[in-house]
Amino acid sequence: METLDLLSQGFGLVLQPLNIALIIGGCALGLFIGAMPGLGSVNGVAILLPMTFLVPPAGAIIFLAAIYYGAMYGGAISSIMLGIPGASTAVATTFDGRPMALKGEADRALITAAGASFIGGTISVILFTLFAPPLAEVALAFGTAEEFALMMLAFATFVGLGGDDIPKTFFSIFIGLALSAVGLDIISGEPRLIFGDLPGFFHGINFLVLAIGIYGIGEILWTIESSGGKVTISQANITVRRIMDNLRGLASSAKAIIMGSFLGYFVGILPAAGATPGSIMAYGVAKTISKDPDSFGKGNVDGVAAPEAANNAASTGSMLPMLTLGIPGSPTTAILLGGMVIWGLEPGPMLFVDHQDFVWALIASLYVANVFALLINLLFIPGFVSVLRMPFTILAPIIFVLCVIGGYAPTQSMHDVWLMLVFGVVGYLMRKLDYPMAPAVLAIVLGPLAETSMRQSLLISDGSFMIFFSRPISGPIMLVAIALFLLPLIKRLRERGGRTT
Amino acid sequence: MIRSLYIFRASIIALLATLAVCLSGVALADWAPKKPVDFIIMAGKGGGADKMARLMQSVIEQHGFSSKPFVPINKPGGSGAEALVHLKQKQGDDHTIMVTLNSFYTTPLRQPGLDVDISTFAPIGRMAEDTFLLWVHSESGINNVDDFVAAAKAAGNDWVMAGTGSGQEDQLLTTFLNKAYGLDIKYVPFKGGGAVAKQLAGKHCNSTVNNPSEQLGFYEAGTTKAIAAFTPERLPLFPDAPTFRELGQDYVYFMQRSVVGAPGMSAEAEAYYRNVFAQVYASDEWQAYMQKKSLRGGFLTGGALKSYWAAEKAIHEQMLKDIGEI
Amino acid sequence: MRRAELIMALVLAVFSAYLMWKSAELPIGWIPGKGPGGGAFPFWLAAGMFGCCVWIVVRWIRRSSPVSNSTERYMKADMRRIVIVVACSLAAMIGSIHIIGVYFSVPLFLLFYMRFLGAHRWSTSLSIGLLTPVVTFFFFEIALHITLPKGYTEPLFYPLYDWFM
Repeated sequence: METLDLLSQGFGLVLQPLNIALIIGGCALGLFIGAMPGLGSVNGVAILLPMTFLVPPAGAIIFLAAIYYGAMYGGAISSIMLGIPGASTAVATTFDGRPMALKGEADRALITAAGASFIGGTISVILFTLFAPPLAEVALAFGTAEEFALMMLAFATFVGLGGDDIPKTFFSIFIGLALSAVGLDIISGEPRLIFGDLPGFFHGINFLVLAIGIYGIGEILWTIESSGGKVTISQANITVRRIMDNLRGLASSAKAIIMGSFLGYFVGILPAAGATPGSIMAYGVAKTISKDPDSFGKGNVDGVAAPEAANNAASTGSMLPMLTLGIPGSPTTAILLGGMVIWGLEPGPMLFVDHQDFVWALIASLYVANVFALLINLLFIPGFVSVLRMPFTILAPIIFVLCVIGGYAPTQSMHDVWLMLVFGVVGYLMRKLDYPMAPAVLAIVLGPLAETSMRQSLLISDGSFMIFFSRPISGPIMLVAIALFLLPLIKRLRERGGRTT
Repeated sequence: MIRSLYIFRASIIALLATLAVCLSGVALADWAPKKPVDFIIMAGKGGGADKMARLMQSVIEQHGFSSKPFVPINKPGGSGAEALVHLKQKQGDDHTIMVTLNSFYTTPLRQPGLDVDISTFAPIGRMAEDTFLLWVHSESGINNVDDFVAAAKAAGNDWVMAGTGSGQEDQLLTTFLNKAYGLDIKYVPFKGGGAVAKQLAGKHCNSTVNNPSEQLGFYEAGTTKAIAAFTPERLPLFPDAPTFRELGQDYVYFMQRSVVGAPGMSAEAEAYYRNVFAQVYASDEWQAYMQKKSLRGGFLTGGALKSYWAAEKAIHEQMLKDIGEI
Repeated sequence: MRRAELIMALVLAVFSAYLMWKSAELPIGWIPGKGPGGGAFPFWLAAGMFGCCVWIVVRWIRRSSPVSNSTERYMKADMRRIVIVVACSLAAMIGSIHIIGVYFSVPLFLLFYMRFLGAHRWSTSLSIGLLTPVVTFFFFEIALHITLPKGYTEPLFYPLYDWFM
C-alpha cells in the first residue's frame, strides 16, 4: 500500500499544469526527433539537457523522460514510412513495417506500432512500480558471462531471419560481425582494422551508417530501378473510422504484444543490453510462435507489434538499473544519468530512500507520458501518411537528403556520410544478387557486445569456456540458445528424412 | 542565363558578407565566438568526462558566460585518438575546444603514428583533478590494505581487478599494486567506470580502483567500501581510507580534467575561453560538484598548465615503459 | 545475372582476404590463459566470409543457386543509366558539402533531381529546394544545436547565428 501512496503523491506532482505542459511538449518534440533518420532518443535527450535548468529537477526529468518516450514512438515512424530505422531500437520494426507501407497499409502499421508501444510501455511501468528493488538484484547478478549468454540467445532468435540462400546468409552475418570489430579492441587497447589509417575508423562503424546506407540509399536505388523511377507508393487513405478499426485490430496481435512487452522489459533491465536486443529477440520469438511464420518479412502485423511493444518496454526497463544502481542500461539513460548528476541527485541504491518524491514523480510521469505520446502520435498519423502521397521523384531526393544529414548528425563526421554512400551502393548491388541484408545490420549491433563480454569472461576464467555453462544464470540461457540454434537444423533434417522415406 | 544566375548569386554573397562584417565589427574590440563552439569530448556518452563536460556546458548556458552555445560532440574512438587527430587538423580554429582526461598523455605515447604533440594545444584551463581509491565489496571481509594484500596473495592470479580500458589509468594503478606488494592481480578491462562499479557491486570482480563519482552510489548504500586512497592526503569524504603515502608507498595518482583549444588558436580566442572557464570554475555549481565528488586541484591555465602537462606526460611515459606498453 | 554473381563473389572474396590480412596486424591466435587475441575475431570472421565466397562459387559452377541459373540481365541498360545518374549526383552532393556546405549543395541536388530527373515544374522544384534548407537550419542548428558542415560558406551564417541565438 505504501507503493500506492507514493505513486499517488507522484501523480499529484506530475499533474500540475507546468509538468503536463512539459510532458506534452517533450512527447511532441521527441516524436519528431525520433522520426528523423539518424536522430534518436540519445540525441534528443543530450541536446535538451542544458535547457532543463529552467525548471526544477523533477520537472526536468519529466521533460526528458517524455522526450525519451516520444522518440521511441517516433522511431517506428521512420522505420515504417521511409523504411529507415532511425535508431537501432527500431531495426526490427522495418522488417514488416516497410512491406506493410508498400502494400498501402501504412496507417495500419503506424497505428499498430503506436498501440503496441502504448501497451508495452504501460505493462513495463506497472512492472517497474511493483518490482523495482528485486529486479535491481537480478540486474546486478548479470556478469560478463551472463551478458554473453544473452547475446547468444539474441543471435539464436534471429537465425531464421535470413534468406533462402544459405552461404549468402552466412556471409551477411559474418561481414556484419567483422565490420563491428572495426575501431578499438577494448581488451588490448589497440586500434584495429583502421582502413587506410583514416581517423574516422577509430570510432568504429556506427550501426546507423550501415542501416541508413542499406535501408535508405540502397532501398531507394532498388525502388528506382525496379519501377523505372516512376512510382508512387500505394496510398493509404485515412479516416477516423479506419483508425478505430485499426485500433480494434490490435486485439489480434495481443499475444505478440504481451510477449514483446515482458521480453523487452526483462532484457531492458539488464545493464549494457538496452532496447535493441530486446526488440530483435521479440521479433524472432513472434516469428517462431506465429502460426504463419512465412508471412514475416512480407508485412505481418505481428512483426510490427512485437518489436514495438518490446522496445518501449525495454526503454522503461533500462531506467531501472539507472535509478537503482546508477548504471546506464542504454546510451540514453547514460545521458539522463548525467542530467541527474547536474541537478545534484545521486543515482544509485540510495535514490529510492533519499529522494522518494523525485523517483515517484518520474514513475508517475512515465504513465502520463505514455498516454500523451499515444494521443499525439495518433494525431499526427494522418499527416505522416499523406507524406507518402507525394510523387516518388520528390520523396526520393528528400529521403536522400535526410539520409545524408542523418548520417552526419550523430558523429558529426563527413567520413560517416561517405561510408554510408558506399554501403548503400554496395548493399544495393549485393541485394540484387539475393544477399540478405538484415542479418548484417543485426550483427553489427550485437557484435561488439558479444565479443567484449566473451573475451572479458575468458580473461576471468583463464581461457576456459566452462564459465558460460557452470554459472547458475548463464548456464541455462546458453543451453536454451544452443537448443534454438539447433532447432531449424533438426527441423530440416526431419523434413528431409520425411521426404526420402 | 547561367551567367546572370552566377552574377545574382555573387551579389547575394557579397551582400551577406558585408552584412556579416558590419555586425561582427561591433564586437571586434572584445573577441567573442561567431558561431556555436564545438566542445569535443574525448570519451563516450555517459562516462565521467562526458558528465563533467555536460555539467560545464550547462553552467555556461545557465549563467550566459558565452553568447554562443557550446555544442558537445563525443569522439571516443581509439581511446581519444580520433579526438586528438580531429583537434590537430583544426589547426588555427577559434571555435573548437576539447575536454581531456589522462588519455591526453597516454594515447599519443602509445600511438606515435598519430603524430600528435600535446604541447601545441592551447592551454585553456585545468578544471579539476579526479581522485582514485581502492575499492572492495563490503562483504569481502577486507577492512584494510593488509587484509587486501593477504587475500590477493592467497588468490594469486585468480584475483580480478576490473577497470576502465587498457593501458590507461586503472591498469597503471593495478600495475603499481602488483609491483609494490608482490601481487599477481589479473586486470580485466571494461568500457566505462559505471560498468566497472557494477562488476564490484555484483561480486563479478574482487576489487576496483574507481573514481569516487563512480562508486559513490554503492558506497552510500553500504555495498562497497574504499580501503585506501591514491592521494597525498586523506579525502574528506572518505576519512577512514588511509593514503598509500601513510602506508609507506610514495605513490599518488590523479585524473586531470582539463579544457584545451585547437593548436594555433588566436590569442584573443584563447583569452576568451580562459575567461569563460575561470568563471565556470568559480561558479557555485562547479564548486559543489567538486566537493560532492571528492575532486581536487585549483584552476590552472596558460604556462602553468603547459608545464603541468609536461610533468604529467613524463610521469606517464615512465609508467607505460614500466608495464611494457611502449 | 550469371556473370554478375561470379564477379560479386570474387570481389567479396578479395575483400575477405584483405580483411584477414588487415586483422592479422593484431595477434590472431589463442593467448594462453587470456582467450583469443585482438585480431582473432575479425580474422576468423573474415575467413568465414572467404569460405562463404568459395561456397557461392562452387554453387555457381554447379548452377545450384537460383541466381546462377538466371539468364536475366543483371541490369537493363536504361535502368542502369538512371541508377548511375542518381548515385553520381548523390556523390556529387556529398562531395560538394565539403566545399559549399550543406545549405547550398542540398538545394542544388534537390533542384537537379526534381527538375531534371522528375520533370516537375520549376515552381515546385524551386519551392521545395529552397524550403528544405531553411527548415533544416531551424530544426538542426537553432532547435537542436547540431552544426552542419558549411565549407567556405560559413561566414555567411554568422549573422544568422547572431539573430537567432
